Amino acid sequence: MSLLIGAITIGLILALLALGIFISFRIFNFADITAEGSLTLGASISAAMIVAGFNPLLATLVALAGGFIAGALTGIIHTKFEINGLLSGILVMTALYSINLHVMGKSNVPLMSESTVITYFEDLAKWVMPGTETISLLGNSIPAKDIVILASVFVIVSIFGALLYAFFKSNFGTAMRATGNNQQMIRAQGVNTKTMIILGLAVSNALIALSGAILAQFQGFADVQMGIGMLVWGLASVIIGEALINDKSLGFLITGAIFGSVIFRLLVAVALRIGMNPNDLKLITALFVFIALVLPKILKKNRMKGIEIK
Amino acid sequence: MIEIQNINKTFNPGTVNEVKALCDVTCTIDEGSFVVLLGTNGSGKSTLLNAVAGNFLPDSGKITLDAIDITRMPEHKRAKYIGRVFQNPFSGTAPDMSIAENITLAAKRGLHRSLGWALPKTAIEEFREKVRPLNMGLEDRLDSPIGKLSGGQRQALTLLMATWLKPKLLLLDEHTAALDPKTASKVIQLTKEVVEKEKLTTMMVTHSMQQAVNLGDRILMLHNGRIVYEFNGQEKQRLKSNDLLALFDQIRRKDQIDATTADMIGHLYI
Ligand SMILES: Nc1ncnc2c1ncn2[C@@H]1O[C@H](COP(=O)(O)OP(=O)(O)O)[C@@H](O)[C@H]1O
Ligand SMILES: [Mg+2]
Repeated sequence: MSLLIGAITIGLILALLALGIFISFRIFNFADITAEGSLTLGASISAAMIVAGFNPLLATLVALAGGFIAGALTGIIHTKFEINGLLSGILVMTALYSINLHVMGKSNVPLMSESTVITYFEDLAKWVMPGTETISLLGNSIPAKDIVILASVFVIVSIFGALLYAFFKSNFGTAMRATGNNQQMIRAQGVNTKTMIILGLAVSNALIALSGAILAQFQGFADVQMGIGMLVWGLASVIIGEALINDKSLGFLITGAIFGSVIFRLLVAVALRIGMNPNDLKLITALFVFIALVLPKILKKNRMKGIEIK
Repeated sequence: MIEIQNINKTFNPGTVNEVKALCDVTCTIDEGSFVVLLGTNGSGKSTLLNAVAGNFLPDSGKITLDAIDITRMPEHKRAKYIGRVFQNPFSGTAPDMSIAENITLAAKRGLHRSLGWALPKTAIEEFREKVRPLNMGLEDRLDSPIGKLSGGQRQALTLLMATWLKPKLLLLDEHTAALDPKTASKVIQLTKEVVEKEKLTTMMVTHSMQQAVNLGDRILMLHNGRIVYEFNGQEKQRLKSNDLLALFDQIRRKDQIDATTADMIGHLYI
């Protein structure tokens, strides 16, 4: 049970990653691999600042800003220098690897003995439930602080999900969505599509860096490798969310990405529990995303063939 | 008033694919004038409209719109002054977004886009009232994605969107070419109505002699990137579609002669 709570918490933290990937992949139609660097960047910045004695909340906000800049860089390389989007992402991701090492000064920074935003949530647990160490849930006793951490992360993710929804429903955000949908059209309506792409990728990577920052504080360390495979991870979450909630409206897509991330993490936890080799995790995730991307096309083709025969 | 002065545009210069799409094109279009552009395929009609809209910068020349020099102005900046409907019904709308969302984007053409709610209730009511006169039943479908509509419905909406805020210039590039005849005549009717009602300065490309004869107060005929014929005022009003067809024939014959001459010269010298 405690394992389950942990899996859901990580799923929620990585839901911020899924929201970021949702922006690049579903709004702008390209898988922005900057994500893998900016997730680690968020972790690195927050870890390094916390170890240096900065306020963990400030450290987390600076991490968010770092991701914003990384995403903007990818957008600038892509739009102003007219380099393919995937390649722009690869360039920034590669550069970030060195930057992350510089930020941390080494490849791994432990945070176990530091005060982090997670410590704030633990303090919150003591404050709302003084004296309660464990809670019994479905016959299991669970540390009270784990529940409060889960709830706090859920609140944070909900706030960001709601903010994102309001943003994309605004005049500005609607124009940003149109940029991903039909550039010719929105340029004719007076929108600078380059600016929109730069800002969109900046917001995307800001969310991803925030995800990395909270993840590092939750698991108690930042590692220079922790971003590897995270793009596909986020894609899987977005795709699961879409399959789960068969509704293409914005609110459902955002909710779907959040729950997709949680479900994906639960699936992983179960798979590991029943004896899957952890080394196969990324292989299986990649296969899963491949199938999820190809399946609709095959179904469509078969349907078209059917029409031809008739 | 729009002034186009000595515009030149060569695509892929210095390569085997070099195309002189516009050669020294000059014309002045008065405020409120409705100009019809004719010409064979590849004569440069779309290129001229694209140059005015800012899809690319001309190699040389100058374009001013109501005394504003827009020659070097990026496309999204001059969109403030220009409404457009494209030949392809897919070009003018965002397919995955709803009718209402597309309209709200057009209702802010060239204006500041705030972080305020894009579709407040009051706006929806206004949209409904303005969509109703299209007589396509779209007023009850404002929430459905525009990609689900027919080409004709999309073009009618794109026209409505292009003129939602009165543009200084309306550009129509064969906007009925992809439609069946009945839908095309409906869209043409809508075009006529809005241009007359709002007194819009308009440049319309068409390949239909019928449309050229019935609409507008001026005809410009392009060939090989140049304006080769021009009909104004009385002359334009007297013009029949047969006259235009004869003119096309003449151009075609002249082209053939040119090609044969070139061939002969080629044989003599090579
Ligand atoms: N973006 C482009 N790149 C290269 N050649 C182009 C481009 N746009 C138009 N052309 C060429 O310029 C010429 C004029 O094209 P266009 O203006 O589209 O003709 P039309 O009068 O049929 O609209 C054609 O030969 C066309 O192939
Ligand atoms: Mg054309």
